[in-house]
Amino acid sequence: MVRLPYTTALTTLFSYGLLFVFGQLRDFFRKLLGWIRKPKDQLKGYAPICLGLEDFYVRRLYLRIQDCFGRPIASAPDSWFDVVERYSNDNNKTLQRSEKTSRCLNLGSYNYLGFAAADEYCTPRVIQSLKEYSASTCSTRVEGGTTKLHVELEELVARFVGKEAAILFGMGYVTNSALIPCLIGKGGLIISDSLNHNSIVNGARGSGATVRVFQHNTPSHLEEVLREQIAEGQPRTHRPWKKIIVIVEGIYSMEGELCKLPEIIAVCKKYKAYTYLDEAHSIGAVGKSGRGVCELLGVDPADVDIMMGTFTKSFGSCGGYIAASKEIIQYLKYSCPAHLYATSMSPPAVQQVISAIKVILGEDGSSRGAQKLARIRENSNFFRSELHKMGFEVLGDNDSPVMPIMLYNPAKIPAFSRECLRQNVAVVTVAFPATPLLLARARICISASHTREDLIKALEVISKVGDLIGVKYFPAEPPKHLNQGHNKLE
Amino acid sequence: MALAMVNVTASVLDWVSSAFDAPTRAVVFGVPIDGHLVVEALLVVVILFQLTRKSYKPPKKPLTEKEIDELCDDWVPEPLTPQITEDMMYEPPTLESAAGPHAIVNGKEVVNFASANYLGLVGNEKITDSCVGALEKYGVGSCGPRGFYGTIDVHLDCEQKIAKFLGTPDSILYSYGISTIFSVIPAFCKKGDIIVADEGVHWAVQNGLYLSRSTVVYFKHNDMKSLENKLEEVTRRSKHPEKVRRYIVVEAIYQNSGQIAPLDEIVRLKEKYRFRIILDESHSFGVLGSSGRGLADHCGVPVEKIDIITAGMGNALATDGGFCTGSVRVVDHQRLSSSGYVFSASLPPYLASAAIAAVDYLEENPSVLSKLRTNIATFFYELSDVPGLVLASHILSPIVFLKLKKSTGTGKTDMDLLDSIAKQVLEEDSVLIATTKRSSLDKCKLPIGLRFFVSASHSESDLLKAAASLKRVAALVIS
Repeated sequence: MVRLPYTTALTTLFSYGLLFVFGQLRDFFRKLLGWIRKPKDQLKGYAPICLGLEDFYVRRLYLRIQDCFGRPIASAPDSWFDVVERYSNDNNKTLQRSEKTSRCLNLGSYNYLGFAAADEYCTPRVIQSLKEYSASTCSTRVEGGTTKLHVELEELVARFVGKEAAILFGMGYVTNSALIPCLIGKGGLIISDSLNHNSIVNGARGSGATVRVFQHNTPSHLEEVLREQIAEGQPRTHRPWKKIIVIVEGIYSMEGELCKLPEIIAVCKKYKAYTYLDEAHSIGAVGKSGRGVCELLGVDPADVDIMMGTFTKSFGSCGGYIAASKEIIQYLKYSCPAHLYATSMSPPAVQQVISAIKVILGEDGSSRGAQKLARIRENSNFFRSELHKMGFEVLGDNDSPVMPIMLYNPAKIPAFSRECLRQNVAVVTVAFPATPLLLARARICISASHTREDLIKALEVISKVGDLIGVKYFPAEPPKHLNQGHNKLE
Repeated sequence: MALAMVNVTASVLDWVSSAFDAPTRAVVFGVPIDGHLVVEALLVVVILFQLTRKSYKPPKKPLTEKEIDELCDDWVPEPLTPQITEDMMYEPPTLESAAGPHAIVNGKEVVNFASANYLGLVGNEKITDSCVGALEKYGVGSCGPRGFYGTIDVHLDCEQKIAKFLGTPDSILYSYGISTIFSVIPAFCKKGDIIVADEGVHWAVQNGLYLSRSTVVYFKHNDMKSLENKLEEVTRRSKHPEKVRRYIVVEAIYQNSGQIAPLDEIVRLKEKYRFRIILDESHSFGVLGSSGRGLADHCGVPVEKIDIITAGMGNALATDGGFCTGSVRVVDHQRLSSSGYVFSASLPPYLASAAIAAVDYLEENPSVLSKLRTNIATFFYELSDVPGLVLASHILSPIVFLKLKKSTGTGKTDMDLLDSIAKQVLEEDSVLIATTKRSSLDKCKLPIGLRFFVSASHSESDLLKAAASLKRVAALVIS
């Protein structure tokens, strides 16, 4: 949990207040100039794309620090990569690419098991499948887009995750937003964690069911909400709900926390609600053999009704999957719009996932998979404990490869990002609206391809920058051994 | 008894009237206090007392824990998915080779009319080479969203290439074909805005319209008179024209029917009533127009007049992903407020380089477009006399759509009939075709049918073979 010091909260609010006041002042002058310069004839009669305060945040706050986001790269997103330098001629309003690149340590990409760059086992097979099946099937899965590779991967994923059957989609975002409307409609209830990802929120909204939110990772509040909702029934008519689905994530990407899965499953079983687990960040990255939070927390996969995951993070490819019982998957193949209308997943990407899973399971004949899994665990725990020792406020649980470092003040966001880049470490900083207004943070993603030297260099740079901008909110206590020495003498 | 009651009542009345008529006993502040004033004061006090009492409501008892427990035990949810029936067990044919004009299904070579490979770029040498180069340099995935180091230089090159090809100022890449349109619409249309859309748009557009929470009005499929009426109606009822954004959403070539939208008419109406156009060119980019630039090129409309053009690249360009293009303002706005762009990983770099190679190929070989047009014309002519089926698509559309002349009764029996035609055609004559499948969430009411995706790399013998096969099977099945 975030422990926000009182003075920091005050200074952060003051900073945002100042930015707001200056922004309003500039908007006032902009309106004045707008009166003086008449609008072009072409746009007369049309309402503008954004009215008034709708894009205030973008124009006045985000554009000032635009160079911290969307940095282009010129090589594979491996542990070291080339960041393209950009320059601006008009005070950060537009950014131009230059030809120069700088080699930086990558602490921002989702490359948990190190499959991002060309891999010795995966890449030759991917190139082989590209020559055989070409880059795209140009067709949907039900018409002419199912190849042997797709069928093989579905079986492999089901086996890997521990469920009966699986279905593939070409994009993780679409998996959530096109699937939830299939399972539940008007008259149903969706209870989702308050910090769920935007794709789940979109899917829930698109389904037409009633949506209720429970406090982040609090099984007791989930139980309260369930009891209240079942007792009351549907709003206004009080008819009983048709079905209830509880949606949680394995690792929350902005907090780095693991979900309290055993308790939540127990609550759902007691009240006969269905569970939907989104393992986008945790599949392949946690657990002894990479099978995700279920393995790590000792939950039987048969207890979770629907398990969803993506291939972008740990497997270095693109796309998503759903694993569930045979009946559910058969029904989804019949009615899910993303299966019926969307182009099927690109065959080389499918081959990449097949090879990656084979490496993880050790079926390629080497122990690289086990080494990668052990390395990411060691790296994450080492990095997290070192950051704690230095006095940073780091969120997240042990074993989770995602580490947010709290920054809070809006000025520290670009300071941290630019200083680190100057010293050749590329970090990701996140602010409103992806996080609450006061809780801006820098998020570190550890990979299995980071070596010990890389991590030590990163720690040095982060420590120096942290001292410079003052984000070490909880400095360690002074060493105790001096006092003990005095006592001994006496 | 009655006499006593009468006596008591009379004495009380006497007492009251005497109190009323009592002479002035006191003078307070210059006001003589008559007897009746006292009684009136008492009445006022009684009234005020009653007013301050709360009205009687039966007490509200919240449910006790035990009652909630009982309700929770009694409640039985529906199963997560309905019972699996026979027709849900459909298994699509599995390809064992690339989805080119000839593919291998179940060990046999078939003529493939189920892939939207309009320019024949599946298996093209140059594209495969550029993909191999990109795979070796960048790996497969991009491992991050566009805002967090997922922007690779090939993405930026691809965006510029597409913008230059179409003649628009800028464009933006999305990582999946159908997520393009259902992210673009909610980014521009919010609650309170007005959208006039064609009733035959496909599911992704419908989903985008639903997520935008705007007021949506549908007009009859590809009927310009109906569109004009709806625009008139909506403009009349609209209260604040300066504050409400208004859009017309159409597709260039409709997936559900193969019709082509008359863009010059729509632009004329748009300028008359002050609407903006959102045009989905998934099946017309790289197909229509003398140089493949899409519907604007084909109808002779300057591309600046169309505000937002979106397209999926999974058709003519033989790659995956999508793009959206328009003015600089339109594109910049999406970089922060389009959910499918901000919250999702970016397009794999090898697919972006395939897109660049495909656009290059199209610019260098415009003759492939005339070959495609010849193929479509030949096929159209051949299929004009199939027993039991009638052509429903436009003569220039690469999606050749055939629907049943007479429906058999219900949608389900129609579907079964078409499925059996497709199955027989595949098994007996080795021609792979597609029937339109509708999801239970799809609200489109247009008739279902058979779809043929004609490609520039189909030879004339392929087309004749498919036409002959279809005529034979249709004559057998529809009788």
